[in-house]
Amino acid sequence: MLKIRSLRSYYESLCILKSVSMHIEKGEIVTLIGANGSGKSTLLNSIVGLMPRVTGSILFEDKEIQKLSSNVIVKLGIALVPEGRELFSPMSVIDNLILGTYPYYRIKNRQTLNERIEWIFDLFPVLGKRKKQLAGTLSGGEQQMLSISRALMSNPKLLLLDEPSVGLAPKIVENIFQTLVELNEKTNLTVFLVEQNVNLALDICQRGYVIETGQIILSGESDELINNKEVLRAYLGKE
Amino acid sequence: MPIWNEKYETLSRKELTQVQLERLQQTLSRVYRRVSYYHNLFNKIDFDPFEISDLGDLRKIPYTTKETLRLAYPYDMFAVPLREVVRMHSTSGTTGQPLVVGYTKNDIDHWTELSARVLSAAGVTKDDIIQICFPYGLFTGGLGFHYGAEKIGASVIPSSEADMEDQIIIMKDYRTTALTCAPSYAAGLCDIMVEKGVTPAELSLRIGLFGAEPWSETLRKEIEDHLSISVTDNYGLTEVIGPGVSFECENKNGLHISEDHFIPEIISPETGNPLGPGEQGELVLTTITKEAYPLIRYRTGDLTQLFYEECSCGRTFVRMKRVFERLDDMIILNGQNMFPSQFEKILTNIIGKTPNFQLVVDRKENLDKLEIQVEVSGDIFDDEMKKLTELELHIIKEVKAHLNLVPDVRLVEPRTIKKDMKKSRVIDLRNKS
Repeated sequence: MLKIRSLRSYYESLCILKSVSMHIEKGEIVTLIGANGSGKSTLLNSIVGLMPRVTGSILFEDKEIQKLSSNVIVKLGIALVPEGRELFSPMSVIDNLILGTYPYYRIKNRQTLNERIEWIFDLFPVLGKRKKQLAGTLSGGEQQMLSISRALMSNPKLLLLDEPSVGLAPKIVENIFQTLVELNEKTNLTVFLVEQNVNLALDICQRGYVIETGQIILSGESDELINNKEVLRAYLGKE
Repeated sequence: MPIWNEKYETLSRKELTQVQLERLQQTLSRVYRRVSYYHNLFNKIDFDPFEISDLGDLRKIPYTTKETLRLAYPYDMFAVPLREVVRMHSTSGTTGQPLVVGYTKNDIDHWTELSARVLSAAGVTKDDIIQICFPYGLFTGGLGFHYGAEKIGASVIPSSEADMEDQIIIMKDYRTTALTCAPSYAAGLCDIMVEKGVTPAELSLRIGLFGAEPWSETLRKEIEDHLSISVTDNYGLTEVIGPGVSFECENKNGLHISEDHFIPEIISPETGNPLGPGEQGELVLTTITKEAYPLIRYRTGDLTQLFYEECSCGRTFVRMKRVFERLDDMIILNGQNMFPSQFEKILTNIIGKTPNFQLVVDRKENLDKLEIQVEVSGDIFDDEMKKLTELELHIIKEVKAHLNLVPDVRLVEPRTIKKDMKKSRVIDLRNKS
């Protein structure tokens, strides 16, 4: 579904990603592990067209997307749940969800929109209860659910998540991850998960990549990564 | 035959290239950070491992040779600290100092998977009883196949280096269905069966998986006919991982290289220049998943060809021609190059079946001398001396006619020449004398 070949990504003259190659197959949950500043968010931003300069290639369903603008990329079927949620705080839950359909604004009919919102409320019932509440007044966990829901409103084939567990209580994180697994199993949604909670990420993913100073240094099935002493030491705090 | 790992063994070339590129970039990054030899080499040639953008860039890196590995003895080529190594094997040291090869837990898991592919392609299933007659020591053959067979769920008989007569008793009594060993060892088992009057009908054997030394198609046919089994070839070398690098499928038309773990190239052994598909040359392998002992562009010393045409078995991995020659086995006699396979062909034609033989090279009065030691049937020694002399003269005459060389010939009784795994057919005494 997604193939990245020798991607280099720059902030002005500073090269952040150095020859990154990776792939995600349809229906997979793939995780990206790395320390702060290793280039995880830059990779996600590069995929969705938010980086000013990239070289190499990003193919989504065999179509080159590295030069496309973000709204076109969303239309093709990729949605990002950004780090820190990035909600529109003064707007209601419903309005935030409708903004997730922005790329389809002109073609979306009301009925489809309502059906989609109802589907989201089935997925996260708490959002249904708070549909008119301002996003900024939601709890951290609810905000994260809303951020994921907003991304799902565009009906993506590939969902990118940037550290969705940050600052959340373990119980909430567990619920959110459980929902992601259900979505993957029931709707065949492909998930690319950047996560600092490595244990949790390796628990739900099929494969993973390890990034260090802008380079992918390791990849494998989740079992292989758990067996790797370097991963154990550096990211799981075990020897 | 079932394909053990359909996902990887049937990847399209495009998908495979993606997997190889990802794994190659990770491997180069790792060796640059972890192996001082590669770190210094990349710096010396001004090669940035993070600049590699396609598989062709691999050619910018010089070859790794056996000599490099010998200089790094024992641990200098390891890419992980020793505490992460869970197993060590070693080369036989036939052609020089032995090499120590380390494996992490993931390396062992990968090797098990690769070995399962070999066994599965030969037709081994969980219903089989497999007798492993490879040594279970520093040599990789025994444990390599053992883990793969267990993964498949077959019943494993680790008979290892038991006496040949005992091997046949085990084979018969335990109802062995699959046998894995060196081909010359299998030929020896056939001889003993004849000697002891054991017929194939008394055995349950149906599959043979042979490797660890170069062997001919004639020998395959002889063993298949003698034991009434299907025999496949497989290839591997300790430095790279052990058995499991490549294997024949049911078509027996070249060995599929597990390209999701190894990137193969063919080069001219003389110039080192890359050769194209179908051209015969030396096999060069780059490991792309090994953690403890990764090798970049390792010259194997084995002569073969690569074929990229589709195989009807469904596997998409490139096939290599069966290795029939090893550069290590090449003998240079008074300036003339020759291989043991040339002698094997001549001897097979004369004797009527592939004999066990050995070539002993020595130097006398500044001239290279060759002695061919050939095992012949015990009956011939009971006959008159004249017959033995005639056979010796016949061999000398044929060798002279084909190779322009007059050797000494010594006929010996069966089982005089030890069938030792991975030992070369050539004993070169020139450097020792």
